Amino acid sequence: MVNMKIKILVFGQLSEIINSSELVLSATNNTDELNKKLFELYPKLEEMKFTMAINKKIIHENTTLNHEDIVALLPPFSGG
Amino acid sequence: MSFTQNNERYHRQIILKEFGETAQQKLLHAKVLVIGAGGLGCPALQYLAAAGVGKIGIIDFDVVTISNLHRQILFSTNDIGKQKATTAASKLAEINPKIQIQAYNFQLTNKNTFEIFTNYDIIIDGTDNFATRYLINDACVILNKPLVYGAVLRFEGQVGVFNLMDNETQIKTNYRDLFPEPPNPLNALSCNEAGVIGVLPGIIGTMQATEAIKIITGVGMPLHNKIISYNALQNTFYDFEITPVLNPIETFPQNEMEFLNFNYEWFCHSKANVSSISIIDFEELRINEKITIIDVRERNELPLVNEFDFISIPLNDLPNLLANIPIENKIVVFCKSGNSSLKAVKILNEEQPQLIAYSLTGGLDAWQQFNNKN
Repeated sequence: MVNMKIKILVFGQLSEIINSSELVLSATNNTDELNKKLFELYPKLEEMKFTMAINKKIIHENTTLNHEDIVALLPPFSGG
Repeated sequence: MSFTQNNERYHRQIILKEFGETAQQKLLHAKVLVIGAGGLGCPALQYLAAAGVGKIGIIDFDVVTISNLHRQILFSTNDIGKQKATTAASKLAEINPKIQIQAYNFQLTNKNTFEIFTNYDIIIDGTDNFATRYLINDACVILNKPLVYGAVLRFEGQVGVFNLMDNETQIKTNYRDLFPEPPNPLNALSCNEAGVIGVLPGIIGTMQATEAIKIITGVGMPLHNKIISYNALQNTFYDFEITPVLNPIETFPQNEMEFLNFNYEWFCHSKANVSSISIIDFEELRINEKITIIDVRERNELPLVNEFDFISIPLNDLPNLLANIPIENKIVVFCKSGNSSLKAVKILNEEQPQLIAYSLTGGLDAWQQFNNKN
């Protein structure tokens, strides 16, 4: 059985929290479980607002994850 | 100036086969409003004026400061202290005297937004705070105007086009489909606090001008229903497809009346869970009570305040200088726009829970506006 992996790309201030702009995790079933896992690993992330995209498409609800999906976390910023 | 001379000015873009005279005529008839003559607004304005956009509006209530100059390239050292909107307008008139330029030297609020926006076809957001970004977005949704969005921080930028229908998919998205609610201001950074590399808003602002030109002329494919994230350190772009939020949690104004009654400052600041004080209440308090006022801006930051006494403790020094704060009075903390003061009050609440401390909502900008009116 293949060990399911997903790649996570983080942007803006979020990369400070996870100390990198990229990480690979063994896959969770869906994005709610992924969030839970991320918040366990990086508690500070829970205080932040961010938008989540799977394979570049922004999602607003719990979504199934598949092997080799690329998840991106984009925070808002307001500088001009 | 004759038509030929005008043609010569735009010759290099007119000879593009995708562009031609037709696109140039569309630019000459277009009306674009740029909100914020800052890091994003300056390059956007320069290219729009040079390209021959017939009418350009510039709205900014602020004055030029020395720390603006590394990225706000319309301004020179001699402009320090001058109004940004009128200064930008006069520079643009030198670049292209054939176009109409309108400067608005005041702050965009929900009271004046509709009156200004109705005079323009496309809105460009080059502002520096979430309250104004949500305000601009909601007004564009209600008025059905395309909005070219840009934002920068440190080495990263975002650019996208909101509220423009994709004719193929019939999908139209906006800022609230990207970020339905603002971040907690205690976790949000501004360029004042976190920094920004000077060229970055140059790149993003120029991309905003490009998108506006594409929307006006119909040349190419606009960035609608998309957001691009640019990283200057890696020189990489990453694009996101925006999908509509079907079940919004936050309610937002659906018409002009609801828009007028929506408090954007509160919407963006209430999540901080920190005590705030309005300008009116502050004016009353400082007259009737002995209070301690703390300025948490960096030293030498403008504008100067002579109207009341205060102690200056920059936000970064606050944790080390708590002993300098008298504990017998109520405390009001202020900064330029009301964000750093929220963070300062949060620190005070944690470190000195016996103190009663408030953050001045809207900061000195709002205080000055209130006093200019009264």
